[in-house]
Amino acid sequence: MSPFLMSVSGQYNYWIYIVLMMIGFYGVIANRNLIKQALGLGLFATGLFLFYISMGVIEGGTAPDWWLINHSEEKFSGPYDNPLTHVLILTAIVVSVSTMAVALALIVCIKREYGTIEEDEIRAIEDAEHPGEGLV
Amino acid sequence: MAFIQDNLPVLLVMTPLLGGLVSVVLGTLFGSKRDLAWGWALVVAWATLYLVIETLLAVTAAPSGTVNYNMGSWPGPWGIEYVVDHLNAFVLLVVAGIGAVTTLYARHSIASEIPSDRLHVFYGVWLMAIAGLLGITVTGDTFNVYVLLEISSLTSYALIGMGKHRDRRALVAALRYLIIGTIGASFILLGIGYLLMLTGTLNMADMHDGLVALEDYETNKTVLVAFAFLLTGLSIKMALFPLHMWLPGAYTHAPSAVSALLASTATKVGVYMAFRFMYTIFGREYSFDVLPGQKVLLFCAALAVIIPNMTAIRQTNVKRLLAFSSLGQIGYMVMGFALANEAGMTGAIVHLFNHAAMKGGMFLAVGSVIYRVGRAHVGDFTGLGKRMPWTMAAFSIGGFGLVGFPLTAGFISKWYLLKGCVQAGYWPLVIVVLVGSLFAVMYFWKLFEQIWFTEAPKGAPEVKEAPPTMLVATWMLILTSLYFGIHAGFTTEMAGTAARFLLEGTQ
Repeated sequence: MSPFLMSVSGQYNYWIYIVLMMIGFYGVIANRNLIKQALGLGLFATGLFLFYISMGVIEGGTAPDWWLINHSEEKFSGPYDNPLTHVLILTAIVVSVSTMAVALALIVCIKREYGTIEEDEIRAIEDAEHPGEGLV
Repeated sequence: MAFIQDNLPVLLVMTPLLGGLVSVVLGTLFGSKRDLAWGWALVVAWATLYLVIETLLAVTAAPSGTVNYNMGSWPGPWGIEYVVDHLNAFVLLVVAGIGAVTTLYARHSIASEIPSDRLHVFYGVWLMAIAGLLGITVTGDTFNVYVLLEISSLTSYALIGMGKHRDRRALVAALRYLIIGTIGASFILLGIGYLLMLTGTLNMADMHDGLVALEDYETNKTVLVAFAFLLTGLSIKMALFPLHMWLPGAYTHAPSAVSALLASTATKVGVYMAFRFMYTIFGREYSFDVLPGQKVLLFCAALAVIIPNMTAIRQTNVKRLLAFSSLGQIGYMVMGFALANEAGMTGAIVHLFNHAAMKGGMFLAVGSVIYRVGRAHVGDFTGLGKRMPWTMAAFSIGGFGLVGFPLTAGFISKWYLLKGCVQAGYWPLVIVVLVGSLFAVMYFWKLFEQIWFTEAPKGAPEVKEAPPTMLVATWMLILTSLYFGIHAGFTTEMAGTAARFLLEGTQ
């Protein structure tokens, strides 16, 4: 197998994260529809979560759970996944959800003010209203 | 009092953060009253400034020059550590000072731009934005940086979007800022992730030790990827030249007080963060000698000084003109930091302070014009010197500072910056700085002439001087910039110590 395919099959989790992020990024750049841009942003963030989560996982590992270690019948003893990255992503998910909420709230306001969520149409309205000033 | 003294670094973040929540609760309990919302925000903002000054004194008094605080008494690197040294104490002073003064200013200005039933929410978000900016500056933990960065960013998007009651373009500008800002913050988080993979820690000092201990530190590809992501993400946040397109619209259409607050603090905290990562985590040698970070940054900074300053000349909206001029000033700061010698970095740190005072004062003066005249295009300034003499005098002094006229604070920072360029042997940059000042003369003179030497057209609306709170706040910033232009002792000493600390601590 070529080194490239080895890397794809051996580190597929990182490849998935990069592909997912780039799909999201493309969605942000290529779409003129504001909702679709916001969805692309959400996908971008999801790729990031996957990166952090897979970073902390060990093959055959489990959660370092106090109950599992001391009181379960199997008496599991390691290896354990790194819980730090999972906790970090819990925070990042909250941040991402809040960002999405603010983005959608802004889009709702834009729809009320302009009557459209297509960037091209908003640009046309502004060009007619304030000629020569540009959109923002 | 001992409780306050022992917990200063965390209290200065928690006070505005909780103060913001209380503001919303007060609004729900007592209904929306303008002076209740504003009064509460004012008390919290000035209390925060007091805490920051106490922290500054504690840092200057400490023999090691740093104050460390372990969150919940968990020592770093396991717990979250707050570290205050001379550099971030100085940045904290800028953020809290501007926060306190702009809150004083906001009373009339915001009441005329935001519907009265939303005032408590506005001041709540306002205080949280200040908390986020202070938090980024004070923390010594990289993931904490990301979280607080997002607190300050999310609140900024909301604050800018609230400009929709005066101009609906604020909404589009806020959404564009949100999309670009979130991509920038994600890049920062990715960079932190790669560093976490390599070192297994999030604490800045510990991360530096972990990186230096790597055998192949200088050739390691993962470090390179982390550096690239962090530099790009932070450049978006500080609006360094090719990544600046979100800034002019956002600052133009935001409510006046918000423009002043964000223009004087948000991008500067970004600059601070970028150089904290480069000097404290990667180390100066890796950032500037192993990687061509210095050349890249100096090139972008030179372009940032020339192109946005040139664009500013042909702007007709004065707030937009000031926003482009801010982009040029970011170029000066990045240039000073990237020179990596004592004079250049002193210039950059002093300019951080001086520019916040001058540009903050100018944005506040323009806000007063908007409050009285209704908008602020260049034509609206015609003959305004006779009708709003105090506001326009403040605006003009701020403008002289931007140009770098002697006896203003802008002169001091440019002097150090030029000294740094000469010492580092970058002669072309001396010309760049001078050309930038020339452009500043051009865009400022256009306004100066309109204000003082042109008669108001017949039938121009009667315009009164701005209300006292707005005037006092504007003059507080302008007098600060004048004072530190003449007695530059305090600022240059603080900045010099901070610069030496950064340079020596990383060699």
